[in-house]
Amino acid sequence: MAMTEQEILTGLGEIIDEVAGVPADQITPEKTFVDDLDIDSLSMVEIAVAAQDKFGVEIPDDQLKDLKTVQDVVDYVRRSAVSA
Amino acid sequence: MHLTDGPAGARVLSFGGYQPARVVTNDDLAASVETTDEWIRSRTGIVSRRIAGPDETVADMAVAAGGKALAGSGLSPADIDLVIVATCTPETQIPNTAAPVARRLGITAPGAYDLNAACAGFCYALANASDAVRTGTARNVLVIGAEKLSQWVDWRDRSTCIIFADGAGAAVVGPVTEQDPVPGIGPVAWGSDGDMADKIFVQDRNSFIFQEGQAVFRWATTALHPVALQACERAGVDPSELAAFIPHQANLRIIEAIARRLGAPQAKVADDIVTAGNTSSASIPLALSRMTERGEIPSGAPALLIGFGAGICYAAQVIKVP
Repeated sequence: MAMTEQEILTGLGEIIDEVAGVPADQITPEKTFVDDLDIDSLSMVEIAVAAQDKFGVEIPDDQLKDLKTVQDVVDYVRRSAVSA
Repeated sequence: MHLTDGPAGARVLSFGGYQPARVVTNDDLAASVETTDEWIRSRTGIVSRRIAGPDETVADMAVAAGGKALAGSGLSPADIDLVIVATCTPETQIPNTAAPVARRLGITAPGAYDLNAACAGFCYALANASDAVRTGTARNVLVIGAEKLSQWVDWRDRSTCIIFADGAGAAVVGPVTEQDPVPGIGPVAWGSDGDMADKIFVQDRNSFIFQEGQAVFRWATTALHPVALQACERAGVDPSELAAFIPHQANLRIIEAIARRLGAPQAKVADDIVTAGNTSSASIPLALSRMTERGEIPSGAPALLIGFGAGICYAAQVIKVP
């Protein structure tokens, strides 16, 4: 069954909390990783790897650089989960 | 045909390390390329690194580290039958580095070869040394990892010049004793993935090191802990029993990520990269020599080593610390 947007957001929040130590309640859709959450490119790779484990969606490095906000990742996971 | 007989196992007798005198700080680098101390620390964990002098060679550093390990072993040069130099930055391809280094250390007519498995080189060489001792083809082996990466770095490329550095580390490998016949070097878990040969490379002899940082980071943080666990399993040592974990000092973020997934709460995790930078094949024996000198790992305690780098090549083994 497809995950809802809220389920993905919650799961992503848990990942970001674990990888980068950003409290889950600060992780809202419009936040940008670099400027708002202070997450660098290596942490983005760790988030992508954890997202693959959690959601079964691979986010390659060349796609990763285009995912600027939390919502971008949520959309990417939803799109890929639908097409998978 | 006859085969040689060897002892029941091999062990590490001693370590030795050498770093060049010149310290290069992050602020020094920030003066010539667009970067900052904070950026380098947060991405790599490195605070300073050592860079060899213009006339200081890989062989010079290998001799310095090898001489210390030899002195620490209590053996004489005549006891060494084989010298292996793990390096991917030798000044010359012909001759190799190992034979002249052996001569400078007063070791007469040993087997001598260079081994290139990049940053995994020391663990590969240690495995070869252990096998040579166990099969009786060498009584004692001097294993050296030595690199002068600074001569292959583009000092205008801020993605690589902040990482790589120079240095050498060495170990003397010999047979187990009758008093303590338990092997001191466990079976190696090793392998390679040539599909990723284009992730770290030097194009030709006039080029510099290129590294696709994110791809290497992703690979290292996902593919290596199973190799580390395999080395533990082959040695019959549970990760919870490890007193130390000494991964190749590539990047503190990689080191911490592998350590988290390893599940070795008692293990002291090597962080030599902070003041040594990434010295490729030298990083593991350099870290080990410093940690044992400071008494950070009890003698006889199990330590897990894992080397990984260009190729991609990787190798891991559990050793008993001398």
